[in-house]
Amino acid sequence: MAKKNYAFYPGCSSQKGSSASNFATSIGVMCEKLGIQLNEIPDWNCCGASIGYGEGGLLPRLAISARNLALTEQHLPGQDLVSGCPACWLSTRETAEKLHGSGSLMAETNEALKEVALNFKGTVKARHIVEVLIEDIGFAGMKAPVIKSLDGLKIAGYVGCQTNRPFGIAGESFENPQYLDKMIETVGAEAIGGYEQKVTCCGGALAFSEPDKSQKQIRDIVESAYDHGADMIVTPCQLCQANVEVYQSEINKKQGTKLAMPVVYYSQLMTVAYGGSAKDAGLDGQLIRAGKLEQLAGK
Amino acid sequence: MNDFNKQAVAPYHNNFLREVEERVEDGEWVKMCMQCGVCAGSCPLGNAWQHTPQKLFMMIRAGKREEVLSSDSMWMCTSCYNCIVRCPRKLPITHIMHGLAHYAHRQGMAPKGQPTREIARLFWNNLAKTGRVNELKFSLAMYFKDGFVQGIKNSLAMQGVGIGLIKAKRLNPMEILGGHKCKDKAGFRKMIAKAREIEERKLGNAS
Repeated sequence: MAKKNYAFYPGCSSQKGSSASNFATSIGVMCEKLGIQLNEIPDWNCCGASIGYGEGGLLPRLAISARNLALTEQHLPGQDLVSGCPACWLSTRETAEKLHGSGSLMAETNEALKEVALNFKGTVKARHIVEVLIEDIGFAGMKAPVIKSLDGLKIAGYVGCQTNRPFGIAGESFENPQYLDKMIETVGAEAIGGYEQKVTCCGGALAFSEPDKSQKQIRDIVESAYDHGADMIVTPCQLCQANVEVYQSEINKKQGTKLAMPVVYYSQLMTVAYGGSAKDAGLDGQLIRAGKLEQLAGK
Repeated sequence: MNDFNKQAVAPYHNNFLREVEERVEDGEWVKMCMQCGVCAGSCPLGNAWQHTPQKLFMMIRAGKREEVLSSDSMWMCTSCYNCIVRCPRKLPITHIMHGLAHYAHRQGMAPKGQPTREIARLFWNNLAKTGRVNELKFSLAMYFKDGFVQGIKNSLAMQGVGIGLIKAKRLNPMEILGGHKCKDKAGFRKMIAKAREIEERKLGNAS
C-alpha cells in the first residue's frame, strides 16, 4: 500500500520532553499501521495558541501561522498541513481562511514574511489528524489493523472544545459529536453513551491564570466519568489531556476528593489495539497510570 | 493612553461603536448583536464575567469606552468557542472578545495585574524569543510573576506536579539552558517586528 503523505506540524507541546510527548510517541505505531506518512515541516514555529492574542495583534499572529503554511508550500508541495494539536490546527486554519478571504491581509502578511524570505500563495489546507483518520482512512480502515480488541474497557470520550468548535469534524454536531465514541468502539472498547461532560471546557489556558475556576470544570469532567463507571477518559486534545490529568492531585489536595482517573489519547488506544507495547503507546508518560490499558498492552 | 494614541482615536468623537468597528479585530460585527444572551448562558466561566459578551456589546453601543476597555471580563474567555457556534446571528464572539482584550491591552487600559493578561504577555514573549514555547521557562515565569517570595511559594505548591511531569518525561529541567527553538529565530523575530510595524502604521499608533 502506498503511504499517504502529509506535512506534519507537531506543535510545541509534542516536542521531546514537553507536556504532550506521550501523544507524540503514541502516533508512531498508529500512523505506520494506517499507512500515514508524516513529514515534519522544516523549522516550524509556535502557532500562538489560544492565549497569544493578548500581546500579539492580528497581523503578528497571522504572520507566524503563515510562516508554517509557506514552509509547507515550499518544502512539502501538494501536501496538507496536519496537526495533532487542536490549537495549532485552529490557528493555522483560521489564518489560511482569513488570508484566503482578504487580499489586503494576504499582502500585509506576505510583506512580513519577506523578513524570512518566504511567500505564501494560499494553496495549503490545514487539517487535524482526526480529520485524516476519519476522512482519508475511514472507520473500516481504522478497524483493519486491530489485532488486540480492547474488550471490557469502559471509556468516557471527552472531545473538549477546540477539536469540536468552531470548525469541528465535518458532519458532526457541536453539542454531541459522535466520532470519538465511534473511534473508541472501532478498537473494541465501550464508549459511555450519556457522558454529559463530553464537550465541556477544561479551562484551557486559564488553568494557569484562574486555577479555581478551571479546577471546578475539571472536577465536573472527572466526576461525571466516575459516575458512569469509566475506567479512563480518552481525549483528542493536548491541553485537555494535561489539564484534566495534572490537576486532579491539586483538586484532591484542596477539596479532599480522591480523584485518580487516567486520561489518555485516542492514539494510545489505537496503538495498543494495533499490537503496540505500553512504551510504544507512551503509557509510561501518564501521571495517573492507565493500569487497565497497560495490562492489555502487556498481554 | 499616550498623546499619539489620543490623536489616533480623536476622529471618533466619542463614537465608541465606530472606533471598535474600525480598530478592533472583528469589531464590525458588534452592531449585529440582538441581545438574546445565548453567549452569556453558554460561557463556561459565564458567572465570573462582570459584563457578559451581550452586555459588552450594548455598552459599546452606549459609548461606555472606559468601562468596556478597563473591564476584567474579556480576560475570562477560555477560547472554548461555545458562544461562536451557538450565536443565532453568527457573530464571531470569541474573536471579538480576544480583539477587545488585545485592544484594551494595547491602549494601556486593561486592568493592571489581571492574571490572564499577564500570562498572555508572558506566553507571547516566550514564543517570540525563539519561535517555540519553552514550557519550563513559561511555567517559572508564571509562578514568579508576582515577585520572588510568591514565586517560591507557587513553585513549592506545584512541586509535586512538576516532579510528576519530569518523571513522566513531559517536562525537561534542561530546558532552562535553552531548549527547543527555531533555527531561524533571528528571522522569526524580525518577521514579528515587521508585522507589528505594519499593524501600527495601519492603526495610526505610535510604535
